[in-house]
Amino acid sequence: MAEIKEVGYNTKIEGDVIVTRADAVLNWFRKNSLWPMPMGLACCAIELMAASCSRFDIARFGAEVMRFSPRQADLMIVAGTVTYKMGLAVKRIYDQMPEPKWVIAMGACASTGGMYRSYAVLQGVDNIIPVDVYVAGCPPRPEALLDALIKLQGKVSTEPALATLKKAG
Amino acid sequence: MEEQISSLIAEFGESVSEPKAFRDETTVVLKDGSLIADVCRYLKDKYGFDFLVDISSVDHYGKDPRFEVVYELRSLATCENIRIKVSVGEEECQLPSVISVWRSADWHEREIYDMMGIRFLGHPNLKRILMWDGYPHFPLRKDFPLAGKPTDMPDVAFTRPAPLEGGPFVSTPTDKTSVHREPRARS
Repeated sequence: MAEIKEVGYNTKIEGDVIVTRADAVLNWFRKNSLWPMPMGLACCAIELMAASCSRFDIARFGAEVMRFSPRQADLMIVAGTVTYKMGLAVKRIYDQMPEPKWVIAMGACASTGGMYRSYAVLQGVDNIIPVDVYVAGCPPRPEALLDALIKLQGKVSTEPALATLKKAG
Repeated sequence: MEEQISSLIAEFGESVSEPKAFRDETTVVLKDGSLIADVCRYLKDKYGFDFLVDISSVDHYGKDPRFEVVYELRSLATCENIRIKVSVGEEECQLPSVISVWRSADWHEREIYDMMGIRFLGHPNLKRILMWDGYPHFPLRKDFPLAGKPTDMPDVAFTRPAPLEGGPFVSTPTDKTSVHREPRARS
């Protein structure tokens, strides 16, 4: 009979105690409960809705809590064409989100202005707010958004959470 | 249709041109733009053109008069259409508003003002509808560059010229691969 080697966490041995780094725990919390602010501005928002519905189910990655108040969100998904008229509103909403916060630029328009080389369209939302993950596509399929979310989770999990915590007072 | 047109010519005389018919569409040209509200009122009251389908504007850049405004009228009772074209010079650049005839003219005229810079006298709320108040240009004029112009309005909006990379970006019909076909900068 082959010997079974235990790997990972075992309650019988560890006794309900996990020893790890605070950074890793904080990041683990954060990356599995990203609350998106759905900045739906154009057709990409339709795919964003599809991503949160049952077939693709963004809840599998803990990001199903779409918050329409920026004060309750930590991930802004800019889904669609950002016009100059909307641009400062997008920035204002981003500024109202509490730290730490991340941004996904979903689709060609949010990333670069897309096919709109025009007087009215901001040529990439990274002109006004910092973007963590860009998603290609016009519009991207929900899988692409989920992939971006997983990529962002990977980024979140390596951040120095403790060192960047704001000190009280 | 002929009855309406001849009545219109009888009422307004030389100002109204002979009608042009093309594919069952009737177009008249109004030579005196200041009469447009009166003509529209006449057509609505006497012949029931109760639906203003659209107002659009054309920039004949380099010609005089430079602009042309096109009114599309429809009678819902008789299902007849009529199109009225009015020329607008660059210096005056204004027309009487037809809001007193059709309330729906409100946003059509605001859009024309926003995009082409033609003002409508008597409009109760003539401000920009798509761009923001204070944007200094009229983007659909032919002398406005495709990429746009830089503007700055603190706390409201800003614009920067779009990078065209030697464009405009146009797709080229070809039997080669999509790499040759797709829109990209071509000099």
